[in-house]
Amino acid sequence: MKTKLIASPYLVWMVVFILVPLILVAYFAFTDGNGNFTLDYVSDVAQYSPIFVRSIWLALIATVICLLIAYPLSYILTGINKKSQSTMLMIVMLPMWMNFLLRTYAWMTLLGNNGLINSLLGFLNLGPFKMLNTEGAVVLGMVYNYLPFMILPIYSVMVKIDKNVLEAASDLGCNARKTLFKVVLPLSLPGVMSGITMVFVPAISTFIISRMLGGGGNLLIGDLIEMQFLGNSYNMNLGAAISLVLMVIVLLLMTIMNQFNTDDDVVLM
Amino acid sequence: MSNIVTLKDIIVEFDGERILDRINLDIGDKQFVTLLGPSGCGKTTTLRIIGGFINPDSGTVTFDGKKINGLPPHKRNVNTVFQRYALFPHLNVYENIAFGLRVQKLPEKEITKRVGEMLKLVNLMGYEKRSVARLSGGQQQRVAIARALVNHPKVLLLDEPLGALDLKLRKEMQIELKRIQEQLEITFIYVTHDQEEALTMSDTVVVMNGGIIQQIGSPVDIYNEPVNAFVADFIGESNILNGLMVKDKLVEISGRQFECVDKGFGENTPVDVVIRPEDIRLVAPEEAQLSGIVESVIFKGVHYEMIIEAYDYKWIVQSTQAAEKGSSVGLSFLPDDIHIMHKMDKPAKVQEASAENEN
Repeated sequence: MKTKLIASPYLVWMVVFILVPLILVAYFAFTDGNGNFTLDYVSDVAQYSPIFVRSIWLALIATVICLLIAYPLSYILTGINKKSQSTMLMIVMLPMWMNFLLRTYAWMTLLGNNGLINSLLGFLNLGPFKMLNTEGAVVLGMVYNYLPFMILPIYSVMVKIDKNVLEAASDLGCNARKTLFKVVLPLSLPGVMSGITMVFVPAISTFIISRMLGGGGNLLIGDLIEMQFLGNSYNMNLGAAISLVLMVIVLLLMTIMNQFNTDDDVVLM
Repeated sequence: MSNIVTLKDIIVEFDGERILDRINLDIGDKQFVTLLGPSGCGKTTTLRIIGGFINPDSGTVTFDGKKINGLPPHKRNVNTVFQRYALFPHLNVYENIAFGLRVQKLPEKEITKRVGEMLKLVNLMGYEKRSVARLSGGQQQRVAIARALVNHPKVLLLDEPLGALDLKLRKEMQIELKRIQEQLEITFIYVTHDQEEALTMSDTVVVMNGGIIQQIGSPVDIYNEPVNAFVADFIGESNILNGLMVKDKLVEISGRQFECVDKGFGENTPVDVVIRPEDIRLVAPEEAQLSGIVESVIFKGVHYEMIIEAYDYKWIVQSTQAAEKGSSVGLSFLPDDIHIMHKMDKPAKVQEASAENEN
């Protein structure tokens, strides 16, 4: 009874700020401007499928790159002494203390045709290369901004693996590589899973990164939704429908991925 | 009898602190050898050197006639039962035990057969599919033992394996470990700080303190003939008194002279005198050379334990008969029960190290 009482503010919060908005999104997605039921907006979403595909694809690439950077880094981190570990983690976290917009804007000045990198290359009579306003730049922005969200969960799971368990693997005949694949990898899988979620979900719905680094040509779902609410093509109902479809897609992808988590023998990558 | 493991002049230092100081130890094949000592005495470090987890700063480790310094754990024919089991949390009981065999890539049929044998050996049949997290401490212990033994090591290393179990289970497992060791005919090297455990299971006990081997011998030898006051105190409770060896077979304690059986200490030499609490008989005050006042009486189940103050020393006496608190009693013991030892102020002279059982 008492715990119920303590939980009640959270319950109210969840209803007011999570459940009600969700219902509202669904309501607007399935109604027209006059409040009549319609499937038009939801079916209209289909015409934006290239944007959906691009969003999923770029978010996927960014997630895989984050994983490929974060996993070895976390593994190396757990092997060094505690002091160096916290210094390294600090360096990983440092960019997160800076404003997100500023960080992304900085990349614009680096990657632009008259940017720092191309200027430097110009001295060597190379370039200029078109780097800004490409898919590559968008992926770079995603990786740069979301990498800490991959490193932290993997590192925190890995650092908790009992050193005795690793010694046991060695004792039972594993060299370093076999210990990594037969023990460390399966035991760190939960961290990998939450890392993937924490990178993939914001990456698939970002609009700032794509707008600043992708130019007009690399529209993502996030941009599309933003345009329906804040842009010239104001259409709240379509925006709600796109959001709903995106949510369903993310949910589906997460459900598929979580199937891996229950099966211990399946190794990601 | 041949030696399976030989440590020669092993020295280990961490941050300038000497953890092991010239350890010399021969471990005979098919023996149950226990490294016994208080925490920080270097017993676990010694075990980890044999397992390959630590390399000694100097000295040689020989296994089955070959020098194995620097050989990593996965290349040694030795397996370890870790202190807190260190089971693989992502694998079930069967897969935990099969782990070493899978690493060797043995055929599935062989794995099934050998894991089955192990499950039977440790009495865990029917638990194959169970998650190790859902096992009791004792069951986890059995899995850890099976997981190590399934690889048919020549030597099994056990690092305080029963430390986390309750008393009753610990006693059961002691008997079971001894049975397994005798049944499989392999060498067990066992680390513990529990002297009773050491005495119960071992063929040979190696008592360590401060990185130095104090005494090596059979449980009976160690208990009855401790070489110094440390061993005497660590192996069971003892009364340790300052004495003076007047001459051969005569020792002075608390100003009174007692006949004893030790000799070769010279004349008028200060010595440590050890008398076991169970060797002291309580008699009427006038019948004994020493008498004192009973300070406390505690019932311990099998016997009473009494503290008796006599001539500024608090004697521990164990007897099935309780004396009355505050009463005056006499302390009587036989010459054979008086154990004389060199004083420990200089590093105890280590008995020539040999863990081979003489009998």
